[in-house]
Amino acid sequence: MIRAQRLTKCFGSFTAIADVSFEVERGEVVGFLGPNGAGKTTTMRILSGVFPPTSGRAVVAGYDVVADPLRARSVVGYFPERVSLYLDMTAREYLEYVAAMKDIARQRRRAEIDRVLDGCGVTHVAHRLIGTLSKGYRQRVGIAQALIGQPRVLILDEPTAGLDPEQVAEVRRLIRDLRGESTIILSTHILSEVEATCDRVMIINRGRILAVDTPHNLNQRLRQTSQIYLEVLGPAHTVAERLRAIAGVLHVELSPSAPDGIAAITVTTEKERDLRAELAACVAAAQWGLQELRPVALSLETIFLSLLNPEPAASAVHDEVPGRLSA
Amino acid sequence: MMKFLVVCRRELRSYFSSYIAYVLLAVFLLLSGYFFYSDLIFFVLFGGYILPSGLWQYVFLDMRLCALLVLPLLTMRLFAEEKKLGTIELLWTYPARDGEIVLGKFLACWIFFVAMLLATAVSPIIFYRFYHFAIGPLLAAYLGIFLLGTAFIACGLFISSLTENQVVSAMGTYGILVFFWFLTWNEEAASERVIHVLLRLSLFDHFYNFSRGVIDTRDVVFFLLFITFFLFLTLQSLSARKWRGVR
Repeated sequence: MIRAQRLTKCFGSFTAIADVSFEVERGEVVGFLGPNGAGKTTTMRILSGVFPPTSGRAVVAGYDVVADPLRARSVVGYFPERVSLYLDMTAREYLEYVAAMKDIARQRRRAEIDRVLDGCGVTHVAHRLIGTLSKGYRQRVGIAQALIGQPRVLILDEPTAGLDPEQVAEVRRLIRDLRGESTIILSTHILSEVEATCDRVMIINRGRILAVDTPHNLNQRLRQTSQIYLEVLGPAHTVAERLRAIAGVLHVELSPSAPDGIAAITVTTEKERDLRAELAACVAAAQWGLQELRPVALSLETIFLSLLNPEPAASAVHDEVPGRLSA
Repeated sequence: MMKFLVVCRRELRSYFSSYIAYVLLAVFLLLSGYFFYSDLIFFVLFGGYILPSGLWQYVFLDMRLCALLVLPLLTMRLFAEEKKLGTIELLWTYPARDGEIVLGKFLACWIFFVAMLLATAVSPIIFYRFYHFAIGPLLAAYLGIFLLGTAFIACGLFISSLTENQVVSAMGTYGILVFFWFLTWNEEAASERVIHVLLRLSLFDHFYNFSRGVIDTRDVVFFLLFITFFLFLTLQSLSARKWRGVR
């Protein structure tokens, strides 16, 4: 459904993406994962016809975006990273305009607009000026705009950025509902979003694709080590030495910022070896107080580092906000 | 529906949903109405025998100032605002040609301008009830101001496509238009050869004949070329996104 062949885009001397190739099958939901500035938006803009690639070829539903731009654009619904709508129109007026721009026949427009308004849960604010809507509603009107005309391909650039958790859940549900109807590419820099919604993940960094796989496989592949975080009431260096002596422990790192009397320690262990029980037993045996013990989630940063250098990047692992990653 | 009409309708709606349209319309009509009134009084008191042609010349040379004042403010937002807001990005993803978008925006401004011109016709119509002047020179002058204004819009549209700042857009348009005006300000300052070229290029010199009731095809062709040239430049400027990015 979507085929990108060696896409390269340069802006002057800056290369935004280089040699990006991938294919997306009909009905698939693919996540584009990468840090800011990795080239996600540039790739998506090429696919949706904002500008052509410097070299390479992109084909959407059989139409080349350079050779046949109008037909290629007519099968794509695009949601830009920076949702910008005409603030002086009501949501319905705006969608009427979009429907006309997308060649929806006049007699079908009303039904089509009602359908997307309903699908995005914005029917009750359709009569309000977009300028008076909250960010969450504007975002949804933006998604409604992309859905007009039931495009075969949907390209959503960070559809959940800046929304509150409830709205994020709603947008993810919306994307899941669209599965099967449309082929979807969505970009994000949140790992759990990909796991919640996507069949496959493409990881991109500095304009190059580093890996393409299912979320599950990727996680397995990248987990060369696992890490456990402990907080122990005890003399920091002694605690660290004892833990290091346990079989299977590769590395122990003390956090210098911990308050006096508390040892905050990150233990790196061999892959697929759960040493939590051993660590707890060791602390208990020395009669120190064990305040906290939990596995450290694989952060996005770690994933990138381990993709960039195949050696375990143990020292670069940082604590992640719990819940944001479900590795 | 034709795409350019969709774009045009949205632009017109946008003019009228903000104050812009009403303020510009009010200022234009007030100023041109006042100029008509004062020029008429002047001719009744002092001009007498050459009244018809002389009156239109003064009225339209003054109306030219109103158009110069108002039109860059009308065109400044066309592309600059969409670039600033970011709405232009979505516009590029709809199945519409660049040409249709340019034409739609141009047409919206143009319709607005024609409506303004038609509204100024009230003064001569009232005047005609009291004094039966020859209508030909008046129509020629209207054709002239119509072409001149359309040229202003084409120029403003182009400048607006270069920037995302509306003030820069308006000021740039003023700069170019006023420069074309003063091109022949001091004929002595330019050499014999150069002044002939400059006279050919000056927007306001080409307008001068119309204001005297003379329609010269050379002037008409000049305006049409000027308009086409700037519309062409606008298209070129928009396609710069292909190598420069969205902004």
